[in-house]
Amino acid sequence: MSATAQPTPLLKITDLNAWYGESHVLHGIDLELGEGQLITLLGRNGSGRTTTLRAIMGMVDRRTGSISIRGEEFISKPAHRIAPLGGIGYCPEERGIFASLNVEENLLLPPTVGKDGMSLDEIYEMFPNLKEVRKRMGTLLSGGEQQMLAIARILRTGARLLLLDEITEGLAPVIVKALGDAISRLKKSGYTIVLVEQNFRFAAPRADRHYVIEHGKVVDRIEAAEVDAKMDRLNHYLSV
Amino acid sequence: MLKLILAQAMLGLNNGVFYAMLSLGLAVIFGLLNVVNFAHGALYMTGAFLALILYSYLGVWIGIEDLHINFWAALIIVPILIGALGILIERTMLRWLYRFDPIYSLLLTFGITLVLQGLFVNFFSASGTPYPGQPESLRGVVDLGFMIFPKYRLFAIGFSIVICLAVWFIIERTRIGAMLRAGTENPDLVKAFGINVPLMVTLTFGFGTGLAGLAGVLAAPIYSVGPLMGADLIIIIFAVVVIGGMGSIMGAVVSGFALGLVEGITKVFYAPAANTVIFFLMVVVLLVRPAGLFGRQS
Repeated sequence: MSATAQPTPLLKITDLNAWYGESHVLHGIDLELGEGQLITLLGRNGSGRTTTLRAIMGMVDRRTGSISIRGEEFISKPAHRIAPLGGIGYCPEERGIFASLNVEENLLLPPTVGKDGMSLDEIYEMFPNLKEVRKRMGTLLSGGEQQMLAIARILRTGARLLLLDEITEGLAPVIVKALGDAISRLKKSGYTIVLVEQNFRFAAPRADRHYVIEHGKVVDRIEAAEVDAKMDRLNHYLSV
Repeated sequence: MLKLILAQAMLGLNNGVFYAMLSLGLAVIFGLLNVVNFAHGALYMTGAFLALILYSYLGVWIGIEDLHINFWAALIIVPILIGALGILIERTMLRWLYRFDPIYSLLLTFGITLVLQGLFVNFFSASGTPYPGQPESLRGVVDLGFMIFPKYRLFAIGFSIVICLAVWFIIERTRIGAMLRAGTENPDLVKAFGINVPLMVTLTFGFGTGLAGLAGVLAAPIYSVGPLMGADLIIIIFAVVVIGGMGSIMGAVVSGFALGLVEGITKVFYAPAANTVIFFLMVVVLLVRPAGLFGRQS
């Protein structure tokens, strides 16, 4: 798919502001992506990338602006209605595996939000490791297994829009590669994906567009085709 | 001697029934809501009074003298009524306090306790009224070999074990239970998955208080029904919950029955210590395992 062709946006965010208590964390995020696209949110730690995903899911204390999904406005919907109505699957930072649930309970926890969710068999086929440990408690898994579980969990729900937060963090290279293959496969089968990623080399080959976020604002927007030309600028944004 | 120990153990187990059922409800509520429901004892007392009212007073009040709603019906009606009262309390009052320090919800439920106690002291005898509605089939005694034991008390022990196991099964082995456990750990994420956590919280509070009502009905034929029957119990219940581990279902049930036993057996050896042995054990547990016997160390 050509990165420059702009289908009607599946997700369009305009002037999104968000607060935790009194502290104003997002100061007007604008971004959009079309069906089947993959975008990344780049930036340093604390720049507001995770909060952007949390604000989409309604996990902040207050939010203003507009979040439109397939043309429907989501800004004032209560948190528990967002995933079902938007067909969204959310994989949080630190994976969010429940310690008091075993692997299978973790997998089956999120209610279905769309028609064509993967069956348990398909999930175990995609992530064979999970089948072997399916009766084990969530936190007794390795980091890689936990990450697979966190992704598998939302694929089962039939969500077509995936918000994935730092899925490669702290994982061994071989597992990062396996995750990369999984993401590529998902993209090929038409999933729309927002990736918050620290690991640019993981994100770059799969993304249609990159958004650079600093201090709760989008400061740059780089199409996949421009990445090589703008490498210096990207390095500047991402250097610590 | 052995007979005496066994006999006291049975009586202790009988108290354990109420320790277990009440601390179970408290644990369920604390686990998901992080609320220490001080009103639990008062709701148990209210449950016992509702059973009494349904049997002895309701008919008189509405002018049908012969109407005695019996024990079995009360066993179903009262938990529903108390559960509904719990839901009302959660929806109208408790809900507003979650954002604040847990001490506020403790104070609120303490206040509710005083209101309920005051209400019943005003209209009923403070020293207690016997419940006459004990079912015919459970009157009389059974010879256990080492002692003669009232049939009803045997029923109470069996019934509460079934209830405790059922609650444990629901929470640890079903999908609804998985939602509750997940909600206990990370309510925001559970919400983001599309589960209506506020509704779940309301229903859980209703369920927990319903269990207190059920315990109240069960207690009515054993202890006389009085406004302070919950206040006497709640302090012990808190000790049971602390020993079992705050929020642990299994911990609440096992330590409820076990502490009833310990209390009973202590009576054989040194009766005056029976009332304090639970608190002594609580101190020991807090020193050795601060999270409680079944609590997760965090």
